[in-house]
Amino acid sequence: MFLNADHVSYTYNRRTGAEAVNALRDVSVRINRGSLTGLIGPNGCGKTTLLKLLAGVLAPDRGSVSLDGRALASMSKRHVARRIAVVPQETHPAFEYTVLEMALMGRHPHLGPFQLEGPADLAIAHEALVATGTSQLAERAFMSLSGGEKQRVVIASALTQSPEVLLLDEPTASLDLGFQLEIGLLLQRLNHQRSATMVMATHDLNLAASLCDTLVLMRDGRVLAFGNTPDVLTSAMVRQLYDVEADVRVHELAGHLTVVPLGRIS
Amino acid sequence: MITLDSAETDESPLRRPPPSSIRGRLAATILGFGTLAIVTCMLAPLVGTTPISLARALDPSIPFDQNVDAQIFFVARLPRVLAGALVGSALAAAGVVFQAMLRNPLATPFTLGVSAGASLGAMLVIIFGGALALGPFSTVPAASFAGAAAATAVVYWLATRQGHAISTSVLLLAGVTLNSFLSAIIMFVQYLADFAQVFRAARWIMGDLDIGGYDTLIASLPLVIVAFALFALLPSSLNLLSVGRDAAAARGVDVPRAQRLAFFSASLATSAAVSLAGPIGFIGIVVPHLVRLLVGVDHRIVLPASALFGAAFLVACDLLSRTVLAPVEIPVGIVTAMIGGPFFLWLLVRKS
Repeated sequence: MFLNADHVSYTYNRRTGAEAVNALRDVSVRINRGSLTGLIGPNGCGKTTLLKLLAGVLAPDRGSVSLDGRALASMSKRHVARRIAVVPQETHPAFEYTVLEMALMGRHPHLGPFQLEGPADLAIAHEALVATGTSQLAERAFMSLSGGEKQRVVIASALTQSPEVLLLDEPTASLDLGFQLEIGLLLQRLNHQRSATMVMATHDLNLAASLCDTLVLMRDGRVLAFGNTPDVLTSAMVRQLYDVEADVRVHELAGHLTVVPLGRIS
Repeated sequence: MITLDSAETDESPLRRPPPSSIRGRLAATILGFGTLAIVTCMLAPLVGTTPISLARALDPSIPFDQNVDAQIFFVARLPRVLAGALVGSALAAAGVVFQAMLRNPLATPFTLGVSAGASLGAMLVIIFGGALALGPFSTVPAASFAGAAAATAVVYWLATRQGHAISTSVLLLAGVTLNSFLSAIIMFVQYLADFAQVFRAARWIMGDLDIGGYDTLIASLPLVIVAFALFALLPSSLNLLSVGRDAAAARGVDVPRAQRLAFFSASLATSAAVSLAGPIGFIGIVVPHLVRLLVGVDHRIVLPASALFGAAFLVACDLLSRTVLAPVEIPVGIVTAMIGGPFFLWLLVRKS
């Protein structure tokens, strides 16, 4: 096992008097090296919280997260960031950074406090832009890009971290069908050709079915099922997850499972 | 490791030459803005009712007590110019730090109530405590620094009540509210005072760099040096904080620590500047935005460039304030506001 969450729990507002919110309760997940794992579940099921725990951005109240047998809690934040990168759902910088500047920020965990990036760092950033098809945008302002271009640049910035693990939080949520397909193909290529380990939270069951070899199905802060995509993505599981009756079958042309919702169970 | 092989895609390579390195840009920026700041500080003392010559003022062959030009340069005019440089530099750099930390390009060093706290402190001494004295420091700067520190502490306490990390939204709201609240107290205190005291207090709020000697300058210098030493740790964290809290955390930035460092260093620089010369407005927003138009938005370049350009900018504004209507002097805060106000509006319109 490569990236493990062992019996992790997390509660928001634990420190304050405000109403505590249980986001995760006793969740265990084992991510294999080189796998592409999908996190699936209804809104508020704890997908994003689990991603933040796996990234070391949040520390679990109970349980632990480990990478290659080493607890994230025992590593510095900078050290964790050299091995694990995160692609958020949306990115809104407060200033007009260029695409190249956004990509170069991925080098932050590799540089000392007073160190400026050198030619080697610049080369890594350029390669990441080329790999995501955004090198021609390098001098453009990030905020002037389309949604799909922005998301590819953010993926490039995460690749510039030279990570072993890429965590993606609904990377296609705000994109149209064309860009969804494009990002999906990009992730698949990065996963297959470079054996990158990826964990992706998504609401798009068909995207998950086409990309992910493993799925984690979550509801109410718990894991309902965890296993190979064809084994766990069934109409019974979809009913249990979303209270939705769905037809789940292999699409002849696409060659993977497809989920067609038929109606809500009252 | 996710290794990258550029040969695997069919993207055309970059046509334009690669942009010059950050090191080159930083060196060029510091050289350019540094020269501007030094030249401005050298030339500004030459201008005034009595014209003097730089060559004669710096001529070592004439003894100082016989060299009228040197006396005017070093005793009468240089302290004021250096105060302008120190205050301009501190306010401009603090503006950059607050804007990045709050993720709000329209934030200023005074947004979070520091200046109102400083003003109240100064007001109280001007109006009630004329006889107080605190050792070598003159009383008004000490009181205004204490007021600024108190306002900083209150805002920080409010913004960290919901956990150990700073909530920037609470910080903004608390700062804006504290500003209005303290302004009401300031008006109340002025209402209780007599005419001459109110005039002195109002004059202090307009900002004044005529500090009359090197003493107050030397008293504020350590505070500004500490603030700038902390600023030096910040730029790459500020880049990431301005992209987003989660983005910064995922790149290995210790977000609560970086926010605390930014908040306290920028508050310290602002407090020192305001206690020296009063709340001189608009430097903290005009200078960072002008600098960004010239050198881009990377904080590793914007922060040192703003510190240097802020010095030159305020010294130039002060020069205007004492020459435009000479021999009448316009308070420098009015000059910066007259330049800064329209500029601020232009920025707002340009953004939308």
